[in-house]
Amino acid sequence: MNQTDFMTIPLSVLGRRIISLVQETGKITIFFFKGFIHIFTFPLQLSKIIHQIYFIGMKSLFVICLTGAFTGMVLGLQLYYTLIKFGSEGVLGSAIGLTLIRELGPVLSAIMVTGMAGSAMASEIGIMRISEQIDALKTMDINPIRFLVGPRMAAALISFPLLAALFDVVGIFGGYLTGSLLLGVNPGIYFSGMETSVSMVDINGGFIKSLAFAAVVVTICCFQGYYTHTRAGGFGAKGVGISTTTAVVHSCVLILVTDYVLTSFLL
Amino acid sequence: MDQPLIQIKNISKKFGDNHVLNGADFCIYKGEVTTVIGKSGGGKSVLLKHIIGLVEPDSGMILFQGQPVSEMKKAEKRAMRKKFSYMFQGTALFDSMTVFENIALPLMEKTSLRKKEIQQQVEEKMQQLDLNDINDKYPSQLSGGMKKRVAMARALITDPEIVLFDEPTTGLDPIRKNAVHSMISDYQKKFGFTAVVVSHEIPDVFYISQRIAMLEQGKILFEGSPDEIQKLPDSVVQNFIQGVES
Repeated sequence: MNQTDFMTIPLSVLGRRIISLVQETGKITIFFFKGFIHIFTFPLQLSKIIHQIYFIGMKSLFVICLTGAFTGMVLGLQLYYTLIKFGSEGVLGSAIGLTLIRELGPVLSAIMVTGMAGSAMASEIGIMRISEQIDALKTMDINPIRFLVGPRMAAALISFPLLAALFDVVGIFGGYLTGSLLLGVNPGIYFSGMETSVSMVDINGGFIKSLAFAAVVVTICCFQGYYTHTRAGGFGAKGVGISTTTAVVHSCVLILVTDYVLTSFLL
Repeated sequence: MDQPLIQIKNISKKFGDNHVLNGADFCIYKGEVTTVIGKSGGGKSVLLKHIIGLVEPDSGMILFQGQPVSEMKKAEKRAMRKKFSYMFQGTALFDSMTVFENIALPLMEKTSLRKKEIQQQVEEKMQQLDLNDINDKYPSQLSGGMKKRVAMARALITDPEIVLFDEPTTGLDPIRKNAVHSMISDYQKKFGFTAVVVSHEIPDVFYISQRIAMLEQGKILFEGSPDEIQKLPDSVVQNFIQGVES
């Protein structure tokens, strides 16, 4: 290998990677807009949207309640023992409320739904791709993105904020359980502190985040499933497996990145 | 002879290093059953997918009623697609939908028919194809032959003008195989639809087809009537028809 090769090979590899990343980002963005626009194209697919709300929303209720309760309980314990060092245990309610509503509610509920519904979306669409079901839709002149992505996108945009709200409420009661009932913070102070410190701006911020996470999760998961067949790493069932894993990992990472970006704008 | 309904002109397609089609040329005429025969893995299904637009050619063109498909506007392409129906070799049934939902899907998505009318049409089609009492079953609960017939019912439910059948009788018993062949033939006589069939059922397909095209090494080796192919003094063609290795 001469000196020129030593310099140019890593550069060309890096260049190829960057070009492929930009292309992939462009494809995902176009995919998102197509899916979003098809929520509103006539005839509206109401029955499919309701079915997806049941699948994304209803079926995640138990997990959201469970994780919400334990997150709130842990926050109650951790914050109590931190705040008591400064004699500020009276602001426990405010701290738990703000942490859950602004950050943990939207982020953790989105991550939980990604694990449940997002992985199912990626694998279902991936299997439809490899078994020619998506081609079959095309031959029937049915737009596959409208048929498969539109209802999921609509359902996620409705379900994610509601699930985050549920997570917040259950988490607040979880914090009350450990903070007030177990460790003795006055319940009146716990709830009144929360009432005075949490404003509508915080609640709206949480909902905005949930909407953004819904768009991210559905786009990434459906995109990975839809393009399973173009994946170089594996075909058939293996390809679907890789698509599902990639969908979950990319969604979770992007939830956290989006959270940072939105937080920096919202604060 | 009339202008062909579909004309395939010098189509080439390769996947990686594998040249599947290598300058294939042939014509499909309105109201005729055209059967494409050839060795397994020879590119017959890929050729069929080119016709419906699922696969784009690397070179060459497809003309529909004399107009190149690649030059058609989006609306023209959609109008053309509406005339087509496709039956997949692997059935491509929606595995999370019941048999009834599978067959009804094209009507539910693309027409404004009422539920009752859709139900009536689906049940009629199911009866014609001997698919009784399986409305609520899922494709995974059916035998291979039944899946084929459900896929056929789905392909025919919209009464299309052109139907592309990719090995419609593979896996069927001789009685049902004959039933499918006679149905293609009867439908063609009754409704005058155009059918393109990919099949290995020789000599059965000779009785239902007006034209036969033989694909060999990515090219159409022969195109003509069933009588002509049977009398053709070409050893490759005759060996294939008689099932003898060249």
